[in-house]
Amino acid sequence: MAARMQQGSRPGGARFAQFKLVLLGESAVGKSSLVLRFVKDQFDDYRESTIGAAFLTQTIALDDQTTVKFEIWDTAGQERYKSLAPMYYRNANCAVVVYDITQAASLDKAKAWVKELQRQANENIIIALAGNKADLVAEQPDKRAVTTADAEAYAREANLLFFETSAKTAENVKELFTAMAKKLPIEQASQRGMRSAAGRPGGVDLGLRQEPGQQTSGPGGCQC
Amino acid sequence: MDEIAPEYDVVVLGTGLTECILSGVLSVKGSKVLHMDRNDHYGGEAASVNIEALFRKYNNFQPGTEPWKKYGRANDWNIDLVPKLLMSNGELTNILVSTDVTRYIEFKLVAGSYVQQGNGAKATVAKVPSDASEALRSPLMGLFEKRRAKNFLQWVGNFDEANPSTHNGMNLSQTTMKQVYDKYGLEETTRDFIGHSMALYPTDDYIEKKGMAKDCVERIRLYVNSMARYGKSPYIYPLYGLGELPQGFARLSAIYGGTYMLNTNIDEVKYDESGKVTGIRATMKERGEEGEGMKFETKCKKILADPSYFQGKAKVTGHMLKAICILNHPLDKTENADSLQLIIPQSQVGRKHDIYVAVVSSAHNVCPKGYYIAIVSTIAETEANHHLELQPGLDRLGKIEETFMGPPIPIYEPLEDGSKDNIFLSRSYDATSHFETMTEDVRDIYRRAQGEELVVEKLKSGEGLVSEE
Repeated sequence: MAARMQQGSRPGGARFAQFKLVLLGESAVGKSSLVLRFVKDQFDDYRESTIGAAFLTQTIALDDQTTVKFEIWDTAGQERYKSLAPMYYRNANCAVVVYDITQAASLDKAKAWVKELQRQANENIIIALAGNKADLVAEQPDKRAVTTADAEAYAREANLLFFETSAKTAENVKELFTAMAKKLPIEQASQRGMRSAAGRPGGVDLGLRQEPGQQTSGPGGCQC
Repeated sequence: MDEIAPEYDVVVLGTGLTECILSGVLSVKGSKVLHMDRNDHYGGEAASVNIEALFRKYNNFQPGTEPWKKYGRANDWNIDLVPKLLMSNGELTNILVSTDVTRYIEFKLVAGSYVQQGNGAKATVAKVPSDASEALRSPLMGLFEKRRAKNFLQWVGNFDEANPSTHNGMNLSQTTMKQVYDKYGLEETTRDFIGHSMALYPTDDYIEKKGMAKDCVERIRLYVNSMARYGKSPYIYPLYGLGELPQGFARLSAIYGGTYMLNTNIDEVKYDESGKVTGIRATMKERGEEGEGMKFETKCKKILADPSYFQGKAKVTGHMLKAICILNHPLDKTENADSLQLIIPQSQVGRKHDIYVAVVSSAHNVCPKGYYIAIVSTIAETEANHHLELQPGLDRLGKIEETFMGPPIPIYEPLEDGSKDNIFLSRSYDATSHFETMTEDVRDIYRRAQGEELVVEKLKSGEGLVSEE
């Protein structure tokens, strides 16, 4: 199976680490759209609720030497009726909590998800707050329902990364994931060594699937 | 909150493993599935719970005390309610791989597979020999018997149904297993560990049944092949407990459009004049939530459910006895194995049903370091004093920190095949120590509900299950 957090050294002292990232937020705030933009550099105006896209990976090169791979878990719609399983939070290294800047109530929901993460996930999980649909406000400023200052103040208080994003125009999407990658404990992860299932004592790889070759790709190239 | 769709192809009730596998497979194959559970968690009887929840479930404490506190953080515990292990080469493994649910769950080998010979303090506990060469080293047999067992296991290993020259002159679909054992001249005690700890029959009913020899040989081959896959034992077990399995398949279903609702009670099941199900009325309400909750109604063509949702449509076929024990040491005579299965064949302790002991520990992230969770189980043979029935298993555990034992657990099976009302019920988890009968039930329900055989192998290539978008 794919490792939850896999890391290792490449020739030439390069560092590589893999982290599990989970998405949270109310339905229809654009969780899947943000990921689709990040992973495939695509956007679909009429995207239906999440179907069939629950396991995506994307790699970011932070510099010549450092590569971070995100294993991205989408809610698959299980948040809709508060039926996310504990498995979803298990071993998540980072989370993007999304709200819609044109819907005030969606920030309240986001705050509730942050609390849920603090209750269920790892203590040192890195959380980013993303105020999505910035494009709508750029077109019609009166559509804004959450001020940047308010959200920023909450993010600072709760110790979250914060960006206003647009999955539609790609504004701040790459920036959001890059900022997150920079906060992740890559060094620590490299030192701990392999943690994949087949790597631990007694661990078994049931699938014996051919893992695709690891290669860095820029936005637009899904290499999963 | 979004509206529930006005109609679904299938409504699934209960999030046990059987239901979650079916829900996942049906969603992948394109059915519109609504999956609900009255509980606030996934898994039903196949859930894993933390230690505080376990104390509360069994009401094992004085009011005002919090005995779980001395066991560290409650959430470091994932204690199974159903004691089972996966066969490395078994059908559940096959389904997990075919559906790619292995992406969500990591597995680890179980360290050992043991069998008991004799009773009481003088009993021998030894590794189950997994092939002909191990048979030659086993303390379970004398010198000459070892050779006979070696011959038998070699024959089983080479057996190929399509090749009559490997049948040793027997027609297995006509033969009893007794005849086969007789042919190899095996002693009673050898028959005992082969039948119970390799073929994994929970009783001796198989021995005299005509044609059962084929089934028995297949079971032994499954054991041997599972053993050969990773070595040490034929069993694997998921990190964080069996409760991960239903969650993984529920996620698969959700990814393919399945709708999930926990905390939901079924208020009414609706039928048409011919008695076929047409829909349900239900209420979703979280514990402690104010008000009436969310009431809704939807149509459906069929319902799949565990028997607890339709008790009038199921019968009790027996009762399982189970004691969950917390230890702070490994089991004696098991080379300090961090996880194992020990089978006490029925005849060794004067019973009709085997006693199973399953042990897991921090090696599988189900408890803090230094602790071991042992579950002793069997089928009830008496009306009272059930702890005495489990005693031979409990005796193997040494000092026990906590014991959780409830009343006997009824085992249900559906009264009808569901063709009359389109309500297809699963069976309760039985007393076997693995998931092979559960996957047979999955196939049986799928056949009854969909009118075709379930083929999981095609899911991956044919339907593009490895969806990365």
